Amino acid sequence: MSEHHDHDHDHDHDHHGAPPNPYLEKRRSGVETAVLDARVKKMEALLVDKGLVTTAALDRLIEIYEHDLGPMNGARVVARAWTDTDFKARLLANGTAAIAELGMSGLQGEHMVVVENTPTVHNVVVCTLCSCYPWPVLGLPPSWYKDAPYRSRVVIDPRGVLAEFGTALGPDVEVRVWDSSAEMRYLVLPERPAGSAGLDEAALANLVTRDAMIGVTRLPPVGKAA
Amino acid sequence: MNGIHDLGGLTCFGPVLREADEPVFHADWERRVFALMMLSGSALGPVDSYRHAIERMGAVEYLQTTYYEHWLAAIERLSAERHLADAPRAPQPLDADIIDAVVAGGMPSTRDDVDCEPRFAVGDAVLAKNLNPPGHTRLPRYVRGRRGTIAALQGNHVFADTAAHLQGENPQPLYSVRFSARELWGPDAAANDCLFIDLWESYLEACPS
Repeated sequence: MSEHHDHDHDHDHDHHGAPPNPYLEKRRSGVETAVLDARVKKMEALLVDKGLVTTAALDRLIEIYEHDLGPMNGARVVARAWTDTDFKARLLANGTAAIAELGMSGLQGEHMVVVENTPTVHNVVVCTLCSCYPWPVLGLPPSWYKDAPYRSRVVIDPRGVLAEFGTALGPDVEVRVWDSSAEMRYLVLPERPAGSAGLDEAALANLVTRDAMIGVTRLPPVGKAA
Repeated sequence: MNGIHDLGGLTCFGPVLREADEPVFHADWERRVFALMMLSGSALGPVDSYRHAIERMGAVEYLQTTYYEHWLAAIERLSAERHLADAPRAPQPLDADIIDAVVAGGMPSTRDDVDCEPRFAVGDAVLAKNLNPPGHTRLPRYVRGRRGTIAALQGNHVFADTAAHLQGENPQPLYSVRFSARELWGPDAAANDCLFIDLWESYLEACPS
């Protein structure tokens, strides 16, 4: 195989053996990025030219999803549920309405369901068909959530996938996998960690991680690193 | 269509690969693609159309491209199919001042003004039909022909299979359906494990127990 390529679509041929991760693979290539830049600029010019959207609107949307929304929002929901039993009851009965009480709502969170982990039930969320994820509470998903290994295998081998995240579950625990195939969006309410009894709501929110709210990990006891 | 996007149950992709401290976007073109897809819905949507455009990329291309390349391919395909280049200029573009309201308001997929009596109730035994439609569907292959139980009623939702093809919203009852892991994956699956998935009424039939 030639080391040199003078055409644009050579990315199928320039790796040796299986690609370790398509994202990392792509990002190595400046040529690839330049081609993608040009394609995207062409589409942006078309949509702006046709009066569908302004550049400033695109900029604002990016700003919101890059800076304002993220797992810190879901962590507030979880911490409130741990400290307020009435809120927790409302959250489990109608996730969308209870989450809106904390000022969170909107795109990809229009129909929220919160599922509770207990010592005997462990929930984990996936979208096998695409990448559905509860944006108002978790922001945009990490790449692994959208990539083939997780989407394909967490439904058939949830315990094996969870073990890769360091989550070992005994045979007495019922694993519930939630495949987000329609417009319902799922958030896992993790178990409150051991050793957190004296902490206030803000300190509790700091303990809550994105992965625990997807359901691929459990939260470690306070004082122990994950 | 039975496409490569329908990944559930495959075991050929190796371990989950994670990136430490992953940024929200890895390149500026990813930011732009994300925003373009989100804000082009009036011309290229609904969301089901974008999903189906990604499904039509072809299996090899789908697996060899990154996530935001899928979105870019969908924007390019839908722009071409809907002849956007030849369309008249829209009178009022989405501008920055309403973006916060668009994000916080969302786009609910439930339709409350339809008279759709749910055929099934919580606890009913159901069978996921063995359907293989040529177009868009949200009925993954791994549940087709499997027996489950209605776990919850989710309201009347826009039907993705017709909305994707601009054949109408046709809202109908959506159900959370519980399948045991053994029903889906056979006797080697853990006895207590199960899977919940949201299925529209037309994907389901009553299952005599």
